[in-house]
Amino acid sequence: MSTNRRGFLGVAGGCALALAGKAAVEALSGGRPSATSTSRWAMVIDLAKCLKEQGCRKCVEACHRAHNVPTLPDPRHEVKWIWKESFEGAFPSEGGEHVREELRGSPVLVFCNHCDQPPCVRVCPTQATWKRAEDGVVMMDWHRCIGCRYCIAACPYGSRSFNWVDPRPYVSPLNAEYPTRTKGVVEKCTFCEERLERSQPPACVEACPAKALVFGDLRDPNSEVRRLLRTRYTIRRKPELGTLPQIYYIVA
Amino acid sequence: MRDRPIIITALVVFLALVTLPFWYNLARGQTARAPELKLPGAQLQCVAPVEYMRSSHMELLNDWRDQAVRRNLRRVTAFNGKVYRISLTNTCLALCHTSKAEFCDRCHNYSGAGTPYCWDCHNEPRVAQAALLPAHGRSQP
Repeated sequence: MSTNRRGFLGVAGGCALALAGKAAVEALSGGRPSATSTSRWAMVIDLAKCLKEQGCRKCVEACHRAHNVPTLPDPRHEVKWIWKESFEGAFPSEGGEHVREELRGSPVLVFCNHCDQPPCVRVCPTQATWKRAEDGVVMMDWHRCIGCRYCIAACPYGSRSFNWVDPRPYVSPLNAEYPTRTKGVVEKCTFCEERLERSQPPACVEACPAKALVFGDLRDPNSEVRRLLRTRYTIRRKPELGTLPQIYYIVA
Repeated sequence: MRDRPIIITALVVFLALVTLPFWYNLARGQTARAPELKLPGAQLQCVAPVEYMRSSHMELLNDWRDQAVRRNLRRVTAFNGKVYRISLTNTCLALCHTSKAEFCDRCHNYSGAGTPYCWDCHNEPRVAQAALLPAHGRSQP
């Protein structure tokens, strides 16, 4: 079969037109089809309720027990999913030296913020951490993590821990239904995705005796989190960074 | 042709030496046997036909891993229409193969496949650990 110039130009033009048409259709339909968004999990923490019992560690213990988070003797190897940070540490741009008396140095509960614009996800070279399209949870795939720790450098909240040593000998008691991690991977709070899948609230929420942690769906206008955000004034950690954290704090 | 007796004797000695392990095992009355696996009593049907599981369980586990972790699909409909929860520890091990040592390890050791790194993180279920304790006690000299 021989091709003359006219035929070749005709086919090339047709191809170019088809490519341009595909791009136009994608642009007009709003880009790639997004996964069906059913919910957007978020949490509201009522600090006044949480600070009533400052020594309480029930949420931390429940979380770390449920997820086999090790207790390591060397503080440089510490692994944590949820912990308490001083008010100034958690909210460096809030208050200053004349902050309200009851907030100064108070232990504020902090964990992964499950940001809408998570910097950890942007830097992960293997997509071992990613934001779930259907509910906004910033997930971890420990099978895929190569331990490069870019995410640790990227997270402005210190929510991520690296396993410098094999954590297994330091997990006690072991929850056999949940895996441990291994040396060389990064771990963090997953919003209890394994419990969400069974329609249970996160372990910390369930464990809180003061009901200071409220978990719910931001897409549901009648949810408890939406009601609280509507009626109370809330702050988020380091909002100036543009990560859009989804853990909200009621301060007063 | 004067070397013929020497060559034949040497060949016989050589063959005897090479096949010595076979004669040794025959003399001991011990021949190579396939590993004896502890099969589940309660559930008689696996999530896939036995032949498939034997040859491709690692692929199935990888598929399950990707489905559960990456796509948040925690249920799988097996070939026979039964629906299972996707979980190595809480389905495979907890429901059927309650002893990793007597199921996974026996075949893996026999075939020299080694211990895959699944177990660096995934646990044996609690029932299995409880059942294992006395067995371990017995095996101690």
